[in-house]
Amino acid sequence: MALSKTQILAELVSILPRHCIISDEETQRPYECDGLSVYCEMPLVVVLPESVSQVQSVIRLCHQYGIPLVARGAGTGLCAGAMPHAEGIVLSLAKFNRILEIDPDARTARVQPGVRNLAITEAAEDYDLYYAPDPSSQIACTIGGNIAENSGGVHCLKYGLTIHNILAFDMLTAEGELVTIGHEGLDSPGYDLLSLLIGSEGMLGVVTEITVKLLPKPEKAQVVMAAFDDIEIAGEAVAGVIAAGIIPGGLEMMDSYAIQAAEEYCHAGYPTDAEALLLCEIDGTTEEVQEHVDRVEALFHQLGAITVRTSRNEAERMLLWKGRKSAFPAVGRISPDYYCMDGTIPRSRLAYVLKRMNEMSAHYGLRVANVFHAGDGNLHPLILFDANVPGELEKTEEFGGKILELCVEVGGCITGEHGVGVEKLKQMHAQFSEEELAQFHRVKDAFDSRGILNPGKGIPLLKRCQEYRSIESAK
Amino acid sequence: MNNKTETKTETGKSRVTDLIDQVLEAKSRHEPLKIVGGGSKDFLGRKTNGKVLSVRDHSGVVDYSPTELVMTARAGTPLVELISLLDQHQQMLAFEPPVMNGQATLGGTLGANCSGPARPWRGSVRDAVLGVRLINGEGQHLRFGGVVMKNVAGYDLSRAQAGAMGTLGVITEVSMKVLPKPALEKTLVFQLSQSEAIEKLCKWQRQPKPLSGAVWVNGQLYLRVAGAEQAVEGTIQQWGGDVIASEASQRFWSSIKEQSHEFFGGTQPLWRISLKSSAGVVDENMLLDWGGALRWTRQEASLDQIAQQCRPFGGLVSLYRDGDREAEVHAPMPEPLKRLHQQLKQSLDPYGIFNPGRLYSWL
Repeated sequence: MALSKTQILAELVSILPRHCIISDEETQRPYECDGLSVYCEMPLVVVLPESVSQVQSVIRLCHQYGIPLVARGAGTGLCAGAMPHAEGIVLSLAKFNRILEIDPDARTARVQPGVRNLAITEAAEDYDLYYAPDPSSQIACTIGGNIAENSGGVHCLKYGLTIHNILAFDMLTAEGELVTIGHEGLDSPGYDLLSLLIGSEGMLGVVTEITVKLLPKPEKAQVVMAAFDDIEIAGEAVAGVIAAGIIPGGLEMMDSYAIQAAEEYCHAGYPTDAEALLLCEIDGTTEEVQEHVDRVEALFHQLGAITVRTSRNEAERMLLWKGRKSAFPAVGRISPDYYCMDGTIPRSRLAYVLKRMNEMSAHYGLRVANVFHAGDGNLHPLILFDANVPGELEKTEEFGGKILELCVEVGGCITGEHGVGVEKLKQMHAQFSEEELAQFHRVKDAFDSRGILNPGKGIPLLKRCQEYRSIESAK
Repeated sequence: MNNKTETKTETGKSRVTDLIDQVLEAKSRHEPLKIVGGGSKDFLGRKTNGKVLSVRDHSGVVDYSPTELVMTARAGTPLVELISLLDQHQQMLAFEPPVMNGQATLGGTLGANCSGPARPWRGSVRDAVLGVRLINGEGQHLRFGGVVMKNVAGYDLSRAQAGAMGTLGVITEVSMKVLPKPALEKTLVFQLSQSEAIEKLCKWQRQPKPLSGAVWVNGQLYLRVAGAEQAVEGTIQQWGGDVIASEASQRFWSSIKEQSHEFFGGTQPLWRISLKSSAGVVDENMLLDWGGALRWTRQEASLDQIAQQCRPFGGLVSLYRDGDREAEVHAPMPEPLKRLHQQLKQSLDPYGIFNPGRLYSWL
């Protein structure tokens, strides 16, 4: 039996201080979506608890009455994974924003889930340590959200994803029981539940405290920028760097649209006549950086770069990165709206994927700019559109869906780091068989038999269930 | 095998239909299976009975693209085969797994979560995994993860196979990230007590140096430095210590990885302790690996006794080799976590046919 809003509020007031509950529409408004604002929904209530035991009480309440519960960090996600449920509660962990401990000798930090990604690195700076994953939203996004999405960033190839940089966390199960997953050592007996839970989009538990791994800050980093007049040659140059046995700290590619937009926006000195631009960051010990920069420069020249430039100091390095990091807003300036996609492909298929994408772009009459984490094959096509033109958003979504299916066709996947959420539910059928999706549902049941945690996200209904549903509704 | 940059060499043969048939038969009879690869890690985990399901013949490389840094191989492929193919392209399995006299297979290595001395810096076998194919208890052949570096679609049931000891399904294929070999590798030795070594390790591991191994045994701290030539030479100059000859160095790291070092000899139970690297001296006679985060001891004692000894240091104890393997080999688990384990197992193996009891008596 579902509870009404009034009944839920009455229950909440008995477990939370009044100031931790938001139930009026106006104050709830900012919670209606995450970073993907085309998907909006108003929840019944938003709660912002201040202690783990309060969170526990909220979860127990939801479990008892079967109330949908959507946990939320900073809401910077890009797949509507944190979009509220119309009949449910949004659980904001924003008040869990304390760094509890930094252990420089063990190179770990113990933090609450609402701590911002960048704040961890800032706090570790005194010890010359840092937290490696750096999604582009790192100023705002929280570590709890990073765990939900298994966030990446521009340094994944060398330093890994969130899963590679988390040692342990405390989690409340769907029944409201507190468990510790992982360990401060490097592994622990039993199932590797960290693997399963990191990236599970808040559907299997609610994380309340996290131990992250910190790394020593590299002595030095330099960026080699190389421009090419052919995107295929740029792709070969990326393969060339890897074949030379060098793993760059970051290896990014931009196409001509993205280059021009970024250059206009922040004057990083990108050659605007280039078809493709590579930013290759080499980090490590001073000697290693010198050795590898020399080799990478020579390699780029040899492989046909039209311009090669290396940052000579930190200011230049930051400027070269600034162009890349602001590519999204920069593209935003050349178009009323843009839609950011997130597929991963085997790097060798890049030229083919871009060619197909151009054909589709012509077909739909929509421009696409591309930024590419070339090191790890994660492609971010930005589809430019105008939401004020009737039907253009729908056309954009269809085009985006086709791009993701193309990624699967060449052996890649529908999402590298943004997650499935609501947005890519449909494309899950392209990547997984019905049997595989059914297995995911059984895993969900194992952790959340009442289906209260972020229902309706991540894993689509099975086709046979969808048909059943449409028969039911047609009755 | 060719030497082109992009190798697409399929070797060996798929036996997956045969494996599925055996799983379906076990399912219909509710008969437990004992999944075996090369049989090299039979000593590990609890003793179990069951009809042998051999994955050994399901072997061969499915795909290897050096410039993608990705290799996909069938679960029964011996690691030595993979390593020799990678060698031709100056690449490696970064997690440095034990090859167990050439018997260890890829599937077994993942199931048993076996990673060598390089693990703290280059990641574990779990960390290298990009995707798996596995047969669940319904006899369905499923694919999780993928062959690309980043993939967050669906629950990650691929990396979750690490350490599951085959209790969640029959791993048939693994895709993993591989890495280029370092240009140079050198080993430094220091005469230090264990507590001095831990102190030094805390200090040195905080420095951004290309460390790839750190072991303390019998009053000696061995550090392996590996990477670009200049970086290795520079680090050695800064840290000091005696550089040992390259052959002796390789012998030493291999003896740690394969547990052929004299420390591991004898028949007393061998205990494995996972804890934070900076933890103090638990016992003067332990061997320290993983920069201090993994410690080993050989002694006649019960799991409870060792666990109690390690508790103040936050250590988690497992019985690794010898000793009573009818009893539990890992410390007990809190009730709610135990339930999650059972429910997860149930979701993949509803009839309880895969290696029952191998990890815990109740799983």
